[in-house]
Amino acid sequence: MSDSADFSGFLKTGSDGRTLLELAIDGIVSAESISEIEGSLRQIPGLVTARLNFTTRRLHTEWHDHACDPSPAIRTLERLGYRVAPFVADREESFEDQQTKWLMKCLAIAGFAAINVMLLSICVWAGNVSDITPETRDLFHGLSALIALPAAAFAGQPFFLSAGRALRRGEMNMDVPITIGIVLALAMSVYETAHHAEHAYFDSALMLIFFLLSGRVLDHAMRQRTNAAAANLAALHTPTATRIAPDGSLVHVPSEALSVGDRLLVRPGERLAADGVIVAGEAMIDESLVTGETQARRVSLGDRVYAGTLNGDATLEISVTAAGGETLLADIARLIDNAVSAKSRYVKFADKIAKIYAPVVHIAAALTAILWIIAGASIHDALIIAIAVLIITCPCALALAAPAVQVVIAGALFRRGILIKSGDVIERMAEIDTIVFDKTGTLTLPESSLVDAASLSEHALMLAGRLALSSHHPLARALRDYAVDRFGRLKPLTDAVEVPGQGIIARVEGQEARLGSAAHCGLAAPIWHDGASVIAFRCGDEAGLITIGQSMRPDAQATIDALKAKGYRLIILSGDQQSAVEEVARGLGVSDFSAALRPQDKLDHLRALKQAGHSVLMVGDGINDAPALAGAHASLAPASGADVTQAAADAVFSGRRLHAVVETLALCKKGRAVMRENFAVALLYNLVAVPFAMAGGITPLIAALAMSGSSIIVTLNALRARQVRGIGE
Amino acid sequence: MTILLYLVPAALGLGLLALAGFMWALKSGQFDDLEGAAHRILNDDDLGKK
Repeated sequence: MSDSADFSGFLKTGSDGRTLLELAIDGIVSAESISEIEGSLRQIPGLVTARLNFTTRRLHTEWHDHACDPSPAIRTLERLGYRVAPFVADREESFEDQQTKWLMKCLAIAGFAAINVMLLSICVWAGNVSDITPETRDLFHGLSALIALPAAAFAGQPFFLSAGRALRRGEMNMDVPITIGIVLALAMSVYETAHHAEHAYFDSALMLIFFLLSGRVLDHAMRQRTNAAAANLAALHTPTATRIAPDGSLVHVPSEALSVGDRLLVRPGERLAADGVIVAGEAMIDESLVTGETQARRVSLGDRVYAGTLNGDATLEISVTAAGGETLLADIARLIDNAVSAKSRYVKFADKIAKIYAPVVHIAAALTAILWIIAGASIHDALIIAIAVLIITCPCALALAAPAVQVVIAGALFRRGILIKSGDVIERMAEIDTIVFDKTGTLTLPESSLVDAASLSEHALMLAGRLALSSHHPLARALRDYAVDRFGRLKPLTDAVEVPGQGIIARVEGQEARLGSAAHCGLAAPIWHDGASVIAFRCGDEAGLITIGQSMRPDAQATIDALKAKGYRLIILSGDQQSAVEEVARGLGVSDFSAALRPQDKLDHLRALKQAGHSVLMVGDGINDAPALAGAHASLAPASGADVTQAAADAVFSGRRLHAVVETLALCKKGRAVMRENFAVALLYNLVAVPFAMAGGITPLIAALAMSGSSIIVTLNALRARQVRGIGE
Repeated sequence: MTILLYLVPAALGLGLLALAGFMWALKSGQFDDLEGAAHRILNDDDLGKK
C-alpha cells in the first residue's frame, strides 16, 4: 500500500493561473537554510518557484497547475532534517498583515509631512526672532497647512477610528485625548494662520502622529512575528490522520476533515486524531497527554480510545465515533471557555491610567480658560492658552510607555523561544507568587528520550543516529534528537531502506548497518518494561541496545531550585498515579503535590489558591491541563503540548529547557518595572509642562521639543528592559 | 525671496519622490522578510551554475 496526501485544502490559485502552496518549516537554524532549501527544490517536477521567508519561517511555493503533487518536495525537505507542514493563513492573520501595511503607509505619510512641515517651521521660528516678513510667515504657515491637513487626515486614522469605537461603546482609551489633541492643534493652527498670527502647531500635530505611529508599527510587527511563529507551531502540530478509503488505499487528511464512521490507520508512534473504537489490532497506548497517566495501557478490539493518545508499538485500525467538536476535547474546551471569560476582566495598567488621565486633563484645560477670563484676558487668548494645555498634555509619551516595553520584552522572549500572546501577559506574569507545575511532559520531557546507550561506542552511536534520520518511528526520533545534540548536524545515509515493523538497513563503510527491533539486529531483548523501550543497533561485529524512556527535563532541578530561591511557592498537580508523582516531587524537593487529578480537580485547586489571595502561574502541556491554564492568573505551555493547551495558555515555550519559566518571569518582572518608570517619566513631563502651558508660556518650539523629548526618553528607557541579570543570554 | 518659488517645490517634490518609492517598496513586498534579505545578499548560488 502506498500513501498519498490530500493537499486540496491548502492549495490556492494565484493571479496568473499558477497554484500556490504555503509550507511552515521547522528546524531552520541559520541563513544557510535559505539556499539549502531553495536549492534542493529546484529539481522537483511541476514546481515553478520556491522562496523562503526567513522572518516567518514559511516557504512560498508556486506550481504549474492544480494537479501538482507537493509530496516529493516535502519528502526532500524532511530528508534534509526539516519538519514541514502545509499552511493556510487564517482570516485573523491576513487581517493583521493588512493592518501592518496600512500602518506603515500611515507612518510614511506622517514622516514625509512631518519632515517638510518642520523644514518650514524652523524657518518661521528662526524668522520670528530675526527679520521674517509677515507675508513670508503667512506663506509658510499656509504651505504647512496644505501639507499637514491631508496628511493628518490620512495618517491619523488609526487613532481617530479607535477613539470613535471607544466613545461609541461609552468607554475611554488613550486614543480619545490623542485625537482631541491632534484635532485641536490643527484647528487652532488653521485659525491662527487665517489671522496672520505668529504661532502655528502644524509641526507638533504631525510629530505626535509620527511618534505614536512608529510605536504602533513596532508593536504590530512584533505581534505579527510571534503570531506567525505560533501559527507555524499549530500547523506543524495539526494532527493529520491516515484514512483508509473504501478501496483500501490510504489518504492523509487533516483531522478536521474526518467524520464519524471513517476508518483510520494508526501506525506506531502516531497520535490519534479522533475518538474511536478499535476495529483491528492490539497495542500499548500512551494516554499521558489526555489524562497525565504515564503507564501505557493495552488496548484491543472493541476498546474506546481518545484523540491525542499516542500509539505505542503496533499498527491499529480504528473506527471514528466522534470527530471535531464532539470529541472528549470538546468537554474540555467548554471548561476552558468558562475559565477564560473570568480572566478577560483583567484591566491593563495603561487603561486604568487613561480612565483618570483624560478627565483630569480636560478639567485642567477648562479651568485654565475660566481662570484667564476671570483674570481679564480676552476670550480668544484664554481659548488659545487652554488649547495649548490640551496639545501639550496630548499623551504621546504616555501612550508609548507600555507598548514600547511590550515590544522589547516580547522580542527578548522571542529570541529565547518563548512566545507571548498579548501585551497584558507581561503585567500578569509579574504579579505571580505561586507556580503550579504539571508533571508529565512539563517537568519530564514531552517525548521519550535516550536513557542509556552504554553498550555502544561513540562512533557506533553516531552511525545509529544517522540511520535514525531515515525513520519516522518515535524511538528513532528520540535517538536522532540525542545524536544531533551530541554530534551536531548529521548527514542521512542515502541508501537507507525501512523494513516495515522491523527497522532500517543501510550500507556504511562497506558494512551492513541495522537499526530497529532486537530481532532485526539478531539480539534478544525485552520491549516495554517499566514504560521504557529498547532499540537495537548492529554494524558489522559491533552490536548493542539503546534504552529509550521518560526522563526529566535536563534542567528541571536547576529551574526548581532557581524558582525556590526567588521565593515562589511551588506546587505539582498531576493526573498521574500517586507513586509516580511522589517520586518526581521528592526528587525535585517539592513538598506540595497532588496526584490522580481530573481536569476539573486541577481547576478547583487553582480556584482555591486564588480565593486564598494567590496569583498562580500554571505550567502544563496536557489536554487535561488546558482548563487550569485558562483559569490561572497566567499560564505557560511547552510547544510540544496539545493544540488546545497552546490555545489556552498565555505563553508558549519551545525547546527542552524548563528554564524558560525562570526567564519569562524575570523578563516580565523587569518589563513591569520599566513600564512603571515610563509612566512616571511621562507623568513627570506633564507635571512640569502643564503649569507652563496654563501660565501661557508655551510656544510651538517648546511644545515640539518637550513632546519629542519625552517620547524619545520613554522609548530609550524601554530598551533597558532587555537586560536582566542572572538569567543568561 | 523669489528663490522660494523654486526651492519649496523642489524640496516637496524630492520628498514626494521618496514617499512614492517607499510606497512602491511596501506594495511589492520588500518589507515582508527583512531578515532573509540581509542574508540573501551573501548567497552566490546563482553564479557559476549557468
